[in-house]
Amino acid sequence: MNEVEAILDKYQGDSSQLVSILQDVQEEYNWLPKEALTQVSKGLRIPLSRVFSVVTFFKAFSLVPKGRHTVTICMGTACHVRGSVHILDRARQLFNIEPGGTTSDLKFSLESVNCLGCCALGPIMVVDDEYHGRVRTSDVGKIVASCD
Amino acid sequence: MPRVNSRSDLEKLRKEIQAKRDPNKPCISVSSGTCGRAFGSKRVYAAFEEEIKKRGLKVEIAIKKTGCLGFCERGTLVVIYPEEIFYTRVQPKDAPEVVQSVKERKIVDRLLYTDPVTRKKITYESEIPFYKAQQRIISEANRWIDPRNIEDYVALGGYTALSKAIFEMTPEEVLEEIKGANLRGRGGGGFPTGRKWETTKKALGELKYVIVNCDEGDPGAYMDRSLMEGNPHSVLEGLIIGAYTIGAHEGYIYIRNEYPLAVENLRIAVNQAEEYGFLGGNILGSGFDFRVRINRGGGAFVCGESSALMASLEGRPGEPRAKYIHAAERGLWDRPTNLNNVETWANVPQIILKGADWFRGMGTDGSKGTKIFSLVGKVNNTGLVEVPMGITLREIIYDIGGGIRDNKKFKAVQTGGPSGGFIPESLLDLRVDFDEISKVGSMMGSGGMIVMDEGTCMVDMARYFLSFLEGESCGKCVPCREGIKRMRQILTGITEGRGKEGDIDLLERLASYVADASLCALGITAPNPVLTSLRYFRNEYEAHIKEKRCLAKQCKELISYHIIDEKCPGCGLCVKNCPVEAITFMGKKKPVILDQSKCIKCGICFDVCKLSAIEVR
Repeated sequence: MNEVEAILDKYQGDSSQLVSILQDVQEEYNWLPKEALTQVSKGLRIPLSRVFSVVTFFKAFSLVPKGRHTVTICMGTACHVRGSVHILDRARQLFNIEPGGTTSDLKFSLESVNCLGCCALGPIMVVDDEYHGRVRTSDVGKIVASCD
Repeated sequence: MPRVNSRSDLEKLRKEIQAKRDPNKPCISVSSGTCGRAFGSKRVYAAFEEEIKKRGLKVEIAIKKTGCLGFCERGTLVVIYPEEIFYTRVQPKDAPEVVQSVKERKIVDRLLYTDPVTRKKITYESEIPFYKAQQRIISEANRWIDPRNIEDYVALGGYTALSKAIFEMTPEEVLEEIKGANLRGRGGGGFPTGRKWETTKKALGELKYVIVNCDEGDPGAYMDRSLMEGNPHSVLEGLIIGAYTIGAHEGYIYIRNEYPLAVENLRIAVNQAEEYGFLGGNILGSGFDFRVRINRGGGAFVCGESSALMASLEGRPGEPRAKYIHAAERGLWDRPTNLNNVETWANVPQIILKGADWFRGMGTDGSKGTKIFSLVGKVNNTGLVEVPMGITLREIIYDIGGGIRDNKKFKAVQTGGPSGGFIPESLLDLRVDFDEISKVGSMMGSGGMIVMDEGTCMVDMARYFLSFLEGESCGKCVPCREGIKRMRQILTGITEGRGKEGDIDLLERLASYVADASLCALGITAPNPVLTSLRYFRNEYEAHIKEKRCLAKQCKELISYHIIDEKCPGCGLCVKNCPVEAITFMGKKKPVILDQSKCIKCGICFDVCKLSAIEVR
């Protein structure tokens, strides 16, 4: 995979940059394919097990393909006291998947996140890069429907 | 690109920047932090740009994007300079009217903030109650600065503290100043910054590191994001001064990947600082070298803990280690390392410029200076507030925050993130500083202040925090991994109506084991939410366990939705919105019927009903 090669070059094969390298690989493919991880392990001359230990430790990494759209629901405290659990429940019900999952048509991935730092506007829901503040349970369907 | 090679170069550059700027030229400034974006600030900015272009006013009227102004609740915020007219809730469609008013030097009344008590329109930021009681020394510059333009920072006197430290002071003198100011770490623990610096400075070894901890993990706190997004150079300047003092030539900035705008602005800031000669080799021509690297986090709360953060910087899973050896002696790659939080670093240039005595003039005996709090939850004016240490909770929540939303009753304020605790109404006159907050069982943490009203269930909140910590426990030590899980299971049982006699005792016993035996602060402080909620709101636990009743009407398993027949005109709005067809339309002017066996208690009907014809029992 040439893309992985380019990323490894960018970090000059520095194994202490493993987390950053994996982030860049994930940005490239939207997930972390096994071949890419093997290549990272070889390129950095570190065991594949160590790559896996980092990948499985951090929440941001995914070992399965992600959907075209990512729906992220903030579960931070400020959002929680303003009812984010209802928002998440509604999204679960709409997509029929759990947080971390992806719909079978690969259209949507549902993520819950600890805090996005938009605490004044909770509950927060982010679709791809678009932030939606003060979301109500009844808005979730409409926001999602606007995705192609 | 003008590289700054000496003190006089810096002063010359500043004068040049100031000379080419006309202080009387109107400028439309759009608050464009992440909160602003959630309100559509990008579209607002584009609308202004378009309008100015359309009217050929590009020369007469300037326009700029700044970081967060703190009053996030009222976004998109727009400030008109030089008059400093403060507009709230600005929409793209307001652009033509605002541009016209700027041209005529008039004010658009309808966009001004209205005082909710006096109903009077307020023109200037400083007169708005939300800002009046604040003392914004760290966050104030956000309103003047385009974070992507280093010249804005320099024009305001930026990097003067660095030049003063390097050319007028020895590292020892800088250290004495920081120690004399009694600055304490803003990230949570409140450890004296000067002492930390001193230990690292004195530690053996040639190679030393300085780190900015911007892994702001406490849910509900976002002051670090706001500083990094809105004024990254102030953090960088503090860091460079710290490196000079300690004798470090390499630094790391560890920043959450969940803050994309902060990452972007920081990257630009680092590049610009290098170009201008504030970072890199031979800083300001002084011979001092210092380079920084930006590392993004991987979404693990525990990485806010210093030893876990350093493990992650080394490319390993972010697991903490026992701290029998301090990071100041053996931290990153076993070398002396000094780590401070974003807000702490941002305080440094101010202390160097204005002196330790100035800094000590603010705050209480043990806690000096100001602190930025994120005031969020069920309070009217949500946003970032910067206040002197020692102000009371009541002043923050009522004078600045404008009291509780929807005329509901205050129940508690949660401080300190998941490691903190709940503070009840009886303690509202508590003076907020590191020590006073700890005395009542909570902690300052990074400054999250989540206000809760009568509609917040305290058992559910305790369950929420433990479930958060259960997910974030790295799993290395058993008390934390298993203890938190077991406590969360008991709390879930209670909120779902399966609580039984003895649960409270068991929770208290487990809490003491987890606190005593865990490896790092995550586990040690994890029981705090349970202990403080038990201490101040035991009655809610008892109602759940004995009467199977949630006093706040929040716990799904213990509540049900009902139609109030007298109020329901049969408009059918709830019928249309119900996702499970649990509500049946019975004809116009006849109340609808809700089938309890189908209801999933999602609350949509309650949300959409405009006539409050649905109640929760």
